[in-house]
Amino acid sequence: MARLNVNPTRMELKKLKARLTTAVRGHKLLKDKSDEMVRRFSLIIKENKRLREEVEKELSETLRQFSVARSVTASYRAETAFSMPSVLVRAECGVASVMGVEVPEIKLVNEKKSDRLPYAYSEMTSEADFSVEKATQLLPKMVALAQTEKAVRMLADEIERNKRRVNALEYVMIPQLEETIKYIKSKLDENERAAVIRLMKVKSKV
Amino acid sequence: MINEGKLAMVGDGDSITVFKAAGVATFAVDSETQARDILRRIGKDYQVIFLVEEFAKPLKEFLKRFDEQPYPVILSVPSKKGSTGYGTEQLKSAMERALGVDILFNN
Repeated sequence: MARLNVNPTRMELKKLKARLTTAVRGHKLLKDKSDEMVRRFSLIIKENKRLREEVEKELSETLRQFSVARSVTASYRAETAFSMPSVLVRAECGVASVMGVEVPEIKLVNEKKSDRLPYAYSEMTSEADFSVEKATQLLPKMVALAQTEKAVRMLADEIERNKRRVNALEYVMIPQLEETIKYIKSKLDENERAAVIRLMKVKSKV
Repeated sequence: MINEGKLAMVGDGDSITVFKAAGVATFAVDSETQARDILRRIGKDYQVIFLVEEFAKPLKEFLKRFDEQPYPVILSVPSKKGSTGYGTEQLKSAMERALGVDILFNN
């Protein structure tokens, strides 16, 4: 490992020692942060996996059912039946912090249950009613999945960045500082010995 | 800080109609280029966007830029053709990036 390009003086030694202490402390803190983030991450990702499986299963089912329902109606009629939605889902979007990473926190706002369907019963078959009902029920889950999946991705990025920082400190910064400190120390000792010898020589000549 | 958020769904016509009835704004697109344009346009107005997997897959690189900020949240969902396993794949890659090991799908 290359040592830093500094003058071997007592001043520099003092400065480098201070830097080394900071680096070591920073390394420890970052490592602790990394550990905790990994722990949180593994909890969130398990939740995410469970949700995704559920959503994928139910959503595929709903969509399949819906395409069956659609296929029995003429396509332009289906288009017009669904062209004017009677409800609008709203969400409350906040921000939560997981180990300093800002992740989204979304809550669906409950709206009134009356007359959800945008079409008259005579226009579409009852399968369509079912699938709309199912899609509505599925929405909170999908939003929850969106939230956790985003958190997973953001946290993964952050963990990666943090890991890089920890490694840079552990394998570059700290060894470099240590080596430079050692170098300065040996230089200083060398100078001291030279001075002593010089004195002895001078004294023997006098 | 809590803001009002809106939901949107981007996908091919058949897969998204049912969500229109459920109260989600829908945007029908036919190609990934269209999907990209739509996302660019609605990214600021809609906080939660569901994107069908067929379009999420080719737009992977484009979607990465949305991961820097909490909003908008873009979620890939299976279309009516069923799940392609893309979501699970993404999950797996995030996990491998963060942990280096596979703790969920041990195979």
